[in-house]
Amino acid sequence: MEPQSPPLVRLTIDDQPVAVPADTTIWEAARGMGIHIPVLCHHPKLRPVAVCRVCAVDVEKSRVMPAACIRQVEEGIVVRTDTDRVRRARKTLVELLLAEHPTPCAKHARSHDCELELLGEQLDITSPRFSIRPSSFVLRPFPPDPSSAVIAVDLNACILCDRCIRACDEVQVNEVIGRAEKGHRAHIVFDDGKPMGESTCVSCGECQAYCPTGALIDKPLMQVKAPSTVQTVDSVCPYCGVGCGVTYHVHDNTIVQVTGRTDGHTEGRLCVKGRYGFDYSHHPQRLTVPLIRKDEAYPKQPLSADFTDYKEFRDSLRSPEWNERIRETFREATWDEALDLSARRLMDIKTRFGSGALAGFGSAKVTNEEAYLFQKLIRTVFGTNNVDHCTRLCHASSVAALMETIGSGAVSNIFQEALDADVLLVIGSNANENHPVAATYFKQAAKRGVTLIVMDPRRPPLANQATHYVRFKPGTDVALLNGLMHVILRDGLHDDAFVRERTENFEALREMVQQYPPDVVEKITGVPREMIERIAFAYGRAERAMIFWGMGISQHTTGTDNARCLISLCLLTGNIGRRGTGLHPLRGQNNVQGASDVGLIPFALPGYQRVDDLAVRTKFERAWGVPLDPRPGLTVVEIMHAALHGDIKGMLMMGENPFLSDPNMNKVRKALQALDFLVVQDIFLTETAEFADVILPASTAAEKEGTYVNTNRMVQLGRKAVDPPGQARIDGDILIDLANRMMEIEAGVRGQGSGVRKWEYRTSRDVWDEIVPLTPLFDGITYDEMARRTVIWPHDEQIIFTQTFPRGRGKFVPAEFAPANELPDAEYPFVLNTGRVLQHWHTGTMTRRTKALDEIAPEPFVEVAPDDLTRLGVRDGDWVTVASRRGVITLRTKASTKVSPGSVFIPFHFKEAAVNLLTNDALDPYGKIPEFKFCAVRVEKAR
Amino acid sequence: MTLEFSPEARQRAETIIRRYPPQYKKAAVIPLLHLAQEEWGYISAEAMAYVATLIEAPPVKVAEVATFYPMFNKEPIGKYEIQVCHTLPCALTGCGRIVKHLCEKLNIQVGQTTPDRRFTLKKVECLAACDRGPVMLVNKTLYTNLTLEQVDDILNGLE
Ligand code: SF4
Ligand code: SF4
Ligand code: FES
Ligand code: FES
Repeated sequence: MEPQSPPLVRLTIDDQPVAVPADTTIWEAARGMGIHIPVLCHHPKLRPVAVCRVCAVDVEKSRVMPAACIRQVEEGIVVRTDTDRVRRARKTLVELLLAEHPTPCAKHARSHDCELELLGEQLDITSPRFSIRPSSFVLRPFPPDPSSAVIAVDLNACILCDRCIRACDEVQVNEVIGRAEKGHRAHIVFDDGKPMGESTCVSCGECQAYCPTGALIDKPLMQVKAPSTVQTVDSVCPYCGVGCGVTYHVHDNTIVQVTGRTDGHTEGRLCVKGRYGFDYSHHPQRLTVPLIRKDEAYPKQPLSADFTDYKEFRDSLRSPEWNERIRETFREATWDEALDLSARRLMDIKTRFGSGALAGFGSAKVTNEEAYLFQKLIRTVFGTNNVDHCTRLCHASSVAALMETIGSGAVSNIFQEALDADVLLVIGSNANENHPVAATYFKQAAKRGVTLIVMDPRRPPLANQATHYVRFKPGTDVALLNGLMHVILRDGLHDDAFVRERTENFEALREMVQQYPPDVVEKITGVPREMIERIAFAYGRAERAMIFWGMGISQHTTGTDNARCLISLCLLTGNIGRRGTGLHPLRGQNNVQGASDVGLIPFALPGYQRVDDLAVRTKFERAWGVPLDPRPGLTVVEIMHAALHGDIKGMLMMGENPFLSDPNMNKVRKALQALDFLVVQDIFLTETAEFADVILPASTAAEKEGTYVNTNRMVQLGRKAVDPPGQARIDGDILIDLANRMMEIEAGVRGQGSGVRKWEYRTSRDVWDEIVPLTPLFDGITYDEMARRTVIWPHDEQIIFTQTFPRGRGKFVPAEFAPANELPDAEYPFVLNTGRVLQHWHTGTMTRRTKALDEIAPEPFVEVAPDDLTRLGVRDGDWVTVASRRGVITLRTKASTKVSPGSVFIPFHFKEAAVNLLTNDALDPYGKIPEFKFCAVRVEKAR
Repeated sequence: MTLEFSPEARQRAETIIRRYPPQYKKAAVIPLLHLAQEEWGYISAEAMAYVATLIEAPPVKVAEVATFYPMFNKEPIGKYEIQVCHTLPCALTGCGRIVKHLCEKLNIQVGQTTPDRRFTLKKVECLAACDRGPVMLVNKTLYTNLTLEQVDDILNGLE
């Protein structure tokens, strides 16, 4: 049914007639006709508040001059936007504002775009008629507030338009900024009047993006030397799976500033990483020459293993001496030498021990094209399916469950649909920190009245906006979710028709959840039965309910079971296939979806086409001209085990740092040491690269063209903004060169001479054009289309599974509650949970080398509940040791009510207190994902 | 956070909060600020943050309200708080002279407190006695139709 178009209202503006819908403002109507009414406090993306009045217009027969930005049109009114009266009023207002405004303000001086001063110039205001008299009522001059790492505050330039307040409250929903006092003394405040840098501000930068003047300025802009020569390049944020559109501002081959792309799917919003985490690209420690390990540097030792001194470690992230240390171990080489050596040694392992002795870790940070080339290299040249990437460490269990129950690992709906749902269930996801811009949509939804249910053992900031926050005992997700389904079935809240028509195996589920009545579940999970019922009612009765989840669900030995339960909950209530419903596992890396889509996983070729399917294999063998191994390969953790046991002898590692990211680090260290030959291509000398035989300098996202798939299945084009430093090359080109050299050697061995099928791709577009015909889910997606807009696979369908599931019927797979692999005991009484912080990305390779992010979050910490601190006899900020059966680290405490008593939390970015020394490498049997979220530890005061 | 209500005040706070439906806890902001002022004599930044936790609001929302109303003191005040109206009708009847006189006599500026912490002097908006200006409020007592002599008498009468 088409929505009825609202009745039109007719009016005239500047003698031209126009008809617009009734809820249009005069300003919008005028804009539609190309008539420009100046505004200051108004911004089309914000709710109008009409506090500045510069948009006042003449309306015939009206008592006063209404503010066009807020006044809605009325039938028959006659509006004039440029009468003498209007001009006089406008000019006076601007003169009054300019009287208090330092001219030029810091923004105008730099980028000539202070909206007040531009208006002053337009109105020919040269010498102001007014001046301010100092008095006890006037707070000016305000002292500058430089406390924020990313925004310079100069309230003298502020015109109290309130745009920053609305940006903070309505767009990002952080609610940090307000207007204090009144009259002449009114001014902008952060929290209860704190300096910005000490407030609860999360440095997203949205306020400064909306500030019309130099009152709130992006600090990177303050550094720009020659603003007029800055060029802009539209691209995609290199960090998380939200995939926000960014614009790089480039001067002299250097990125100087990043702004949000308002034409992108996130409407210009960014988080602190996306907006301020760009300078790693230009860090002096970037690898710029190929390196080969010196003969005297065997046997391999880590270069930087044991930093106990934090300061020393942080300094090393910056110091040129670090490069000295590298030079002691590695010598510079030419590309030819480094690539030849790599090709020869890898081929040698293949000839002597067979393809199965080789493996590759690709990366979810590179482009689709590069990930595709990587898996093609491993599959066709190495000759094995031992290819994987960090997807194994994040959503492998979710995908395993989705494949089994639905037949596709893709999200069913895009996260922006949170605004269209009645109920949102966010579980095991600290979206504010890990998917910050997606979280802004959840928060907005909650503000607009959508019921937001947040369930997590560690209280995430999103709980502040939640209608219901449920804290449950770590590792009891299955019991909790079964309990919800129990109540839904008990009270008949399920969708009978949906279950009958679109699902199977319902009886098995019914039997299973029968055993989870609220009182039983209360005992297991610690959640009061009334709460279990309340949540079950809310979700069960919703017309449209949407589920979002993160690593809190997947990174368990029961990860697949956890996801199965969420899927069952969704199927049971028929909450899929419509707008504002569905299942959305929030993807972690910027291109983890894409890397999996193009086959960077051991069991599937591009497009999730299984390697053990003969027809599939035949198609790819024909396209690639090489026979393929029919056996699925090993996964990330399995490859590390095999390396440790000497079964895997040679590896190619592209942009992954398993040393810090994989569980049970001591084991990983031994595995890396045990390899005969390791080639690492990366942008920095990562902890993993320290074990390499050859290091190939690669490039950052800003240095190349290529496509990425975000958590919404949106395929987006990233563009090149700067050249790689020194001799560094883009990853795709390195792979092409390595493949060709290896193939030549192999042909030589077999005596085929020059009969090899050389890889010849000139651009990433060439690679894309090879991927699409082989990968049905990308059908019809071209570079030209992506350059114009955001494309969603498959076939631009934002909502999928509307009629049927890829496997036909959705399958209920009941799951039984099982405790975590390693439970706390007398010796190790605490449950350790791990995760990330807002400012850092994974192993910190990039973010710890960006100035602002490092400044805001310089150090590791362990969150401990205040009561536990008292019991342990330590204070907030004291040093403690945290030990598990596998290792021990030393770090400072942070008193926090986010964790419940008996649990502690440590972020995994920090090498000087590498939490993966402690974590358990026990695997989920289906997804092969390690149990990062749960292991037993002991906390003691450090001596 | 270290600042917290005494058990009695805590109980009163809970009674106040219970007056409002749970989803409108924020409505309790003004009565709670009054309570905080009673408890501590003035409302510090920590007190605003504390009230914010009670009504589950961001601290800035409390700060906006607390700083908007001059009745809420943002700094410790003297034993006697003298508030002189300076809105137009009182200005026309000469409140300026009253203020000047008070400043001289107490040897402080408007907005300040005497070093012995006995007097705080403030200028405020209309005290709703416009027909009897100039007007001043000393703690809870309103004095009208003031002359300089009367001001002296009033001050001398305070211990
Ligand atoms: S700081 Fe900027 S955006 Fe905020 S009120 Fe002042 S001028 Fe407006
Ligand atoms: S939310 Fe993710 S994609 Fe968006 S700016 Fe932040 S890190 Fe980048
Ligand atoms: S722009 Fe309309 S009142 Fe400010
Ligand atoms: S103007 Fe002074 S009391 Fe009203």
